[in-house]
Amino acid sequence: MPDTYRAVAEFAQSWGLLYFFAVFVVVVLLVMRPSRKQRYDRAARLPLNED
Amino acid sequence: MANPTGVRKSFTHGEIGLAIALSVLALFSLIVAGKAHSSAYSFHAILFAAVSAYFVYKIIDRFHSRPAELPALEIDGKPNYNYGPIKFATIAALFWGIAGFTVGLYAALELAFPLLNFDLPWISFGRIRPLHTSAVIFAFGGNVLVATSFYVVQRTCRARMVGDLAPWFVVIGYNFFIVIAGTGYLLGITQSKEYAEPEWYSDLWLTIVWVVYLIVFMGTILRRKEPHIYVANWFFLGFILTIAVLHLGNNAAIPVSVFSSKSYIVWAGVQDAMVQWWYGHNAVGFFLTAGFLGIMYYFIPKRADRPVYSYRLSIIHFWSLIFLYIWAGPHHLHYTALPDWAQTLGMTFSVMLWMPSWGGMINGIMTLSGAWDKLRTDPVIRMMVVSVAFYGMSTFEGPLMSVKVVNSLSHYTDWTIGHVHSGALGWVAYISFGAIYCLVPWLWNRKGLYSLKLVEWHFWLSSLGIVLYITSMWVAGILQGLMWRAYNSLGFLEYSFVETVEAMHPFYLIRALGGLLFLTGAVLMVYNIWKTIASPEASAVPEARPAMVPAE
Repeated sequence: MPDTYRAVAEFAQSWGLLYFFAVFVVVVLLVMRPSRKQRYDRAARLPLNED
Repeated sequence: MANPTGVRKSFTHGEIGLAIALSVLALFSLIVAGKAHSSAYSFHAILFAAVSAYFVYKIIDRFHSRPAELPALEIDGKPNYNYGPIKFATIAALFWGIAGFTVGLYAALELAFPLLNFDLPWISFGRIRPLHTSAVIFAFGGNVLVATSFYVVQRTCRARMVGDLAPWFVVIGYNFFIVIAGTGYLLGITQSKEYAEPEWYSDLWLTIVWVVYLIVFMGTILRRKEPHIYVANWFFLGFILTIAVLHLGNNAAIPVSVFSSKSYIVWAGVQDAMVQWWYGHNAVGFFLTAGFLGIMYYFIPKRADRPVYSYRLSIIHFWSLIFLYIWAGPHHLHYTALPDWAQTLGMTFSVMLWMPSWGGMINGIMTLSGAWDKLRTDPVIRMMVVSVAFYGMSTFEGPLMSVKVVNSLSHYTDWTIGHVHSGALGWVAYISFGAIYCLVPWLWNRKGLYSLKLVEWHFWLSSLGIVLYITSMWVAGILQGLMWRAYNSLGFLEYSFVETVEAMHPFYLIRALGGLLFLTGAVLMVYNIWKTIASPEASAVPEARPAMVPAE
């Protein structure tokens, strides 16, 4: 039982951390792509352009 | 009856299904009422039976008076928005708001003058405190969220809400849950888990209502004419989905019998505590934060007539907020039997939450760029911007208090109460008031509010109330924490517990005064809204808003 706990804790503290950080980096990169600018500029005005 | 459209009128599947389900529920509730172990539970069963039976009648009555065809999805190429259930939830929010603030004020007065419980069990502090918290969070806040989410999802998807009876089932079913929960607390029915006090049968009912809520919301998104899913809908969806998961996880309870209101949770000891605070903190994170951020991302741009400051930031805000919040719960269990690493984990994630929270705050406030003058001229926008500022302040204070050494001073003291109220009154209630002030003229086709002057009064009265509330609780909490840990030269505790209670009295008075001012402001709002809806001179012209073209 203590071994399982240690294994899980070590996995979470190393790979879990890296995984979360990688997800964050991917999200930032996806969002910051210059090709998205037009789409986001339009989306930012969505509440204002209703009928 | 002659039918001009030539369509034969028949019951929809929804009408038949719901009428049968409610009839079965009414019958079953009657049986439970007869064999219930306690009179309080019997009373609830009778309520279930009566309300179910009444709505079977209402469904049939509605069928007879409605046209053969269901409302069109579009009229002249424009979406035929469904506002009825939204109006219901808006009025319900106002009602529960006043009720919840009043009970809060009474609870505050009971703390200052314990005599005020008159030795009656029903109004003892232990029963009216959960009544207050549930009334303001779930009844007031919940109805605001249902109303705004139904409005925003329709408008930004340019589509009529899914379902004919389903949206009505959500708003009425949700408010019925609140009645059951609230009367239960007063009668002593509780499972004693913070923000999750309702017992198993109320929880089951809420589960059904919530699933229908999710289906209506998701279905409307799937039906959208606008290709992009606006960020406010992401926040609302995050809120609805996560609350469903939290509710199921934290209420994994087995009733003693179907004839008893009592149930036992399947988790034991510290596991139960951890699940409870995983739920409790995410009730704050997803109910009181994500949902209301959805309101912020729609109503502030709309009212200010400015686009979202940075749409990119809003997406990063959303994903980082939901990824981090879910881990912060253990900070409620510092220095308990919870393993040390779990406490540290909760603390670390709470501190990291600073970043998305402040990113969102900056995004909300900076949306006013180019329209700062509106802060001076429009009290409604001022209310919403101050609310975002309070969001920034309480999400700064929260991570600070989650740090273990700070928590060793602040935990179990009134500082926590002050922190909660700077978030609840400053952030949640202010953004809700702002949204209601915007929503009512839009829903009822009025040119504007009855009186902006009254909004000014509401703003200043309740702002003063919040300041009195949180400053008194800071002083009270820190004083309390320091008195509890004070030792004399011989190593004995310096103060007895009752001395710390006596020291709180002046601060409890100031807090109650703050609550009274806040309640007064809310009463002005209700009067203002009532006049807006009822005033005969208000013309039925929707607010004209010339769409601005970006300069490129």
